[in-house]
Amino acid sequence: MTPSIRSVSILVAVNLGRVIGTVVAERKYEGLEGLKLLVVQPVDEQEKDKGTPFVAVDTVRAGPGDVVILVGAREAALALDEAFVPVDAAIVGIVDSVDLDRRRQARAR
Amino acid sequence: MRVCRVVGTVVATAKHPSYHGLTLLVCQPTDDEGRDVGDTFIAVDHSQAGVGDWVLVNQEGGGARLVFGAPLEDKLPIRSVVVGIVDRVDTGA
Repeated sequence: MTPSIRSVSILVAVNLGRVIGTVVAERKYEGLEGLKLLVVQPVDEQEKDKGTPFVAVDTVRAGPGDVVILVGAREAALALDEAFVPVDAAIVGIVDSVDLDRRRQARAR
Repeated sequence: MRVCRVVGTVVATAKHPSYHGLTLLVCQPTDDEGRDVGDTFIAVDHSQAGVGDWVLVNQEGGGARLVFGAPLEDKLPIRSVVVGIVDRVDTGA
């Protein structure tokens, strides 16, 4: 089932996601040249899928299956070397682990 | 600003340079009595907060740039920052 990338949810707060694909776009705004565009499935703190996949620019060489840290809105553009690139979501970290407190883990089981 | 409970930490070695050396906390927004409200999000710590703490989180990039001293035009892709440890919230009559 290919994920339907419906309307991009405006990612305001920093959050977690899993890389599930890449976007290839030959013709695009020149500011987006050379940027890696990855399809990200938002996940909650238990790394369970939550919400609609969207496209984010990668800044840390994330790959498929990686759980990543995302920043949205204006801060996404600030994550890139060149300012004022029209991006609204950027991957700024690859998660090694999310360590939750016992109460929250208990709820996960 | 949101009042949140810190419910975890995120460990990530591969990070954007601006995030190096910073602690990433999993924040669960709560109401004024500490009950969970809505989804969690990730914030950068600036108050030595730990798991279990009740914290005040600023979710606006300009504030983050202020807190981390980056000049406003500097490029700091951080949006949510823990700016205080909450002792108590008094609401209502």
